[in-house]
Amino acid sequence: MAGDLAFFYVFAAVAVGTSLLVIGQRNPIYSVLLLIASFGALAGLYVLLDAPFVAVTQIIVYAGAIMVLFLFVVMLLNAPREEPIDPERLVEPQGARWFGALLAVFLLVELGWAVARGSRALFGRASFDSVRVEQLSSVRFIGTVLYSDYAFAFEVTSILILVAMVGAVLLARRHEKEV
Amino acid sequence: MATLNDYLVLSAVLFTIGAAGVFLRRNLITILLAVEIMLNAVNLTFVAFGRFHGSVDGQIIVFFVMTVAAAEAAVGLAIVIAMFRHRGTLNPEAFKTLKW
Amino acid sequence: MLVLIPLIPFLGFAVNAALGRRLSKFVSGGVACTAMLASFGIALATAWPFLFGSADLHAVEQNVYTWIKAGDFVAPFSLRVDPLAALMILVVTGIGFLIHVYSTSYMHDESDSEYARFFSYLNLFAAFMLVLVLGSNFLVMFVGWEGVGLCSYLLIGFWYRKTSAADAGKKAFIVNRVGDFGFILGMLLAFVQFGTLDFQRIASALAPMAPEAEFGTVSAIALLLLVGATGKSAQIPLYVWLPDAMEGPTPVSALIHAATMVTAGVYLIGRNAVLFSHAPDVLLIVAIVGTVTALMAGTIALVQNDIKRVLAYSTVSQLGYMFLAMGMGAFGAGIFHLYTHAFFKALLFLGSGAVIHALAGEQDMRRMGGLKRALPVTYWTFLTGALAIAGVPGLAGFFSKDEILFRTFEHGHVLLWGVGILTSLLTATYMFRVVFLTFHGASRVASHGHGDPHGGGHPLHLHDAPPAMASVLIVLAVGAAVAGYVGVPHALGGDNRIERFLAPSFESSAAAIDAAATSEISTPTGSESSHGVELPLMLVSTVIAFGGIGLATFLFLLSADAAPRLATRFAGVYRVLTNKYYVDEIYQTAIVEPVQMVSRQGLWQGMDVRVIDGSVNGIGALVRGGATALRQMQTGSVRSYAAALFLGVVVILGYYLFN
Repeated sequence: MAGDLAFFYVFAAVAVGTSLLVIGQRNPIYSVLLLIASFGALAGLYVLLDAPFVAVTQIIVYAGAIMVLFLFVVMLLNAPREEPIDPERLVEPQGARWFGALLAVFLLVELGWAVARGSRALFGRASFDSVRVEQLSSVRFIGTVLYSDYAFAFEVTSILILVAMVGAVLLARRHEKEV
Repeated sequence: MATLNDYLVLSAVLFTIGAAGVFLRRNLITILLAVEIMLNAVNLTFVAFGRFHGSVDGQIIVFFVMTVAAAEAAVGLAIVIAMFRHRGTLNPEAFKTLKW
Repeated sequence: MLVLIPLIPFLGFAVNAALGRRLSKFVSGGVACTAMLASFGIALATAWPFLFGSADLHAVEQNVYTWIKAGDFVAPFSLRVDPLAALMILVVTGIGFLIHVYSTSYMHDESDSEYARFFSYLNLFAAFMLVLVLGSNFLVMFVGWEGVGLCSYLLIGFWYRKTSAADAGKKAFIVNRVGDFGFILGMLLAFVQFGTLDFQRIASALAPMAPEAEFGTVSAIALLLLVGATGKSAQIPLYVWLPDAMEGPTPVSALIHAATMVTAGVYLIGRNAVLFSHAPDVLLIVAIVGTVTALMAGTIALVQNDIKRVLAYSTVSQLGYMFLAMGMGAFGAGIFHLYTHAFFKALLFLGSGAVIHALAGEQDMRRMGGLKRALPVTYWTFLTGALAIAGVPGLAGFFSKDEILFRTFEHGHVLLWGVGILTSLLTATYMFRVVFLTFHGASRVASHGHGDPHGGGHPLHLHDAPPAMASVLIVLAVGAAVAGYVGVPHALGGDNRIERFLAPSFESSAAAIDAAATSEISTPTGSESSHGVELPLMLVSTVIAFGGIGLATFLFLLSADAAPRLATRFAGVYRVLTNKYYVDEIYQTAIVEPVQMVSRQGLWQGMDVRVIDGSVNGIGALVRGGATALRQMQTGSVRSYAAALFLGVVVILGYYLFN
């Protein structure tokens, strides 16, 4: 079990480190690639949490499909590196930026406090001593629940995807007049 | 074995990183990436809670979040493309027409 | 039937007001005169049974419709004629008709639309006056009362382009407003006290009561009504509007002074004779107000140079006599004087109008003189009027004025009687001063007229009154000569017919007067003893009348420098009199200016600008300021919105953590 803990720390460190690099980057291509790395680390964490199916989906859908979409857009737009602030004309209000960052720190403090206050009895335990751990990692079981209890939500999601698809096509379409 | 607390703290850290990224970056694509980080932080809590409660629901919600994230990414990126075409920049400060 | 009496002039008004612009002078004047004549005819038919019918006919009533009905309160729009009202409607429509006829000629220089406007106002004036007279309750009377006030404003300010005329109109309106306020309060108090506004019901409720020995509710009602009456009838302290009212066209002055408007106050007291006779204290106030007004106005009239102004003050003075009569409880005598005064004052005003017309607008007597030869009809009729008002025996004024003085003396108020006699002397003097300055002596007429208010501008040629005016003057002169014979006193072998005629209107008040008199001072009022006094009193007033005329003859006709010498010797008195006792100035500083001060500083600068504008603008500024502050938040920057959202998350989360 000590091995698990070691894995946890490795994955956690990778996830946090790559995430920090994602937001510390000026170049969006690096950001995207680093984020894929972060997602990979998260997938590892999901495996540690006995959720191999989620981990696989994370890799295939997130790291694979969504991130490729991002990468594609970055390439398509040939987006330059983020422009540095022009000190000549400080048009951008910087208040919101630093205020937001400060708020993020506050949020971290609050969340940490919330976790610390949480019940040790519940949060502190290492594992749920249930026989259903086996079930949790079973794709069959997940599929059963998804297609029975969550059938309606699942179907609605398909509509959501459809709408998003149509919307994306419509928004990104080149208007004929503009050409 | 890592405790639930460990996962929650990790999730909080990731979420904060994402939130800070939204504010610090001046590139719409990076901002969207930061939002993805936040979504994943939340996903992690779902799975962790599900695992420690012995419930499969956490995992299922993660699937839904992923679909929504996919839709969001598609629409968001479409908007980014449209805006970039319009203004030639990805700096969010260039888009102030919300105020009239 | 009754409703037709005010309705026909009102229709005349409606026609002239609506179509007057398109009607020729002949048509619009004709409509107005016909309306008045028809109204007079109906009034005569209405009054006929009272004049010659059976003696036990007390009143004819017509309920036109229920005007206001709210809970217990019912105010029918109903009209009632009793002998008093019958006499009044005859005076109003009769004299009114003559003035209308006169105006068709007098106002001929006006443009068609102005001419129609003038006649529409005249008709409206008469209509409202008739409503006032015929109203069977306070509320209907008040409609007429206010309408008359409105019309006086319109007519006095008829030449509205002239500032002084417009000001005079406003003055009349505002001063009357003060009186109206008293009227309203009195009316409300009467309703509270008696639960009805009907004159007859109030009278019958009062009849069994004893007169108030001390000042009580009834006295308060009477006093408030008196305030109203002083406003309309130009008594102290509210008389100031009437002399200025001569800014209007002369027929208007005649109408106001003779037939309508100023008689309203006297009529109000007469109508509420029972009420007033139950308030002996107030009656005494009425008498004193009347006497003081009569004397004061008489002295002012002595020194005025404007012919119409003299007549105006003379009206105030004569109205004082009427108030004196009312105050003595001699309501019949007061109304009798009102009736005779209507004739000779209309005559005098219209005569002065003829003079002014002949001189193309000149009103200053210092620029008249010697007009006797040029204006014979005007002269002789004016002279008749002057003799009548002076109280020369045989003419109308003698009988009515003497009746008043006799009743005053009989009542034991020798001081008031003395003042009355003195005023009588003044009356004769100033009237003949007018006659002599205008018609006798050398001509001081300027070579051409100036400041002509009604069009004109044509070279002056002295011409006597045109036929329409002349015939009216003659009719009125006859009236002024013989109108008094309806009230020949018993002492002269007459039967004082008018007294008997009016008696039904005042019978319940007579008892109260007697009761009050016996309780206060035990003056024997037996007719035997009074006959003995009446003849000598008549002799005294006759002597006084002739004395006044003689004094005027000496001062203004025979001796060229007697009057100026008198003026220089008593320069102080003269100045006070020419300035009308400075009453206007006193009102100006004591009332008008403080009110304006309070209005300007307190209500305008303080209340309006600070509080009302301040609050309105303040709310505006608050919204504007708040919006400006809020606007700063609307940066349009997506990131600042996100920051705000995020702040909300942090704060709410913090809130839950702390709790």
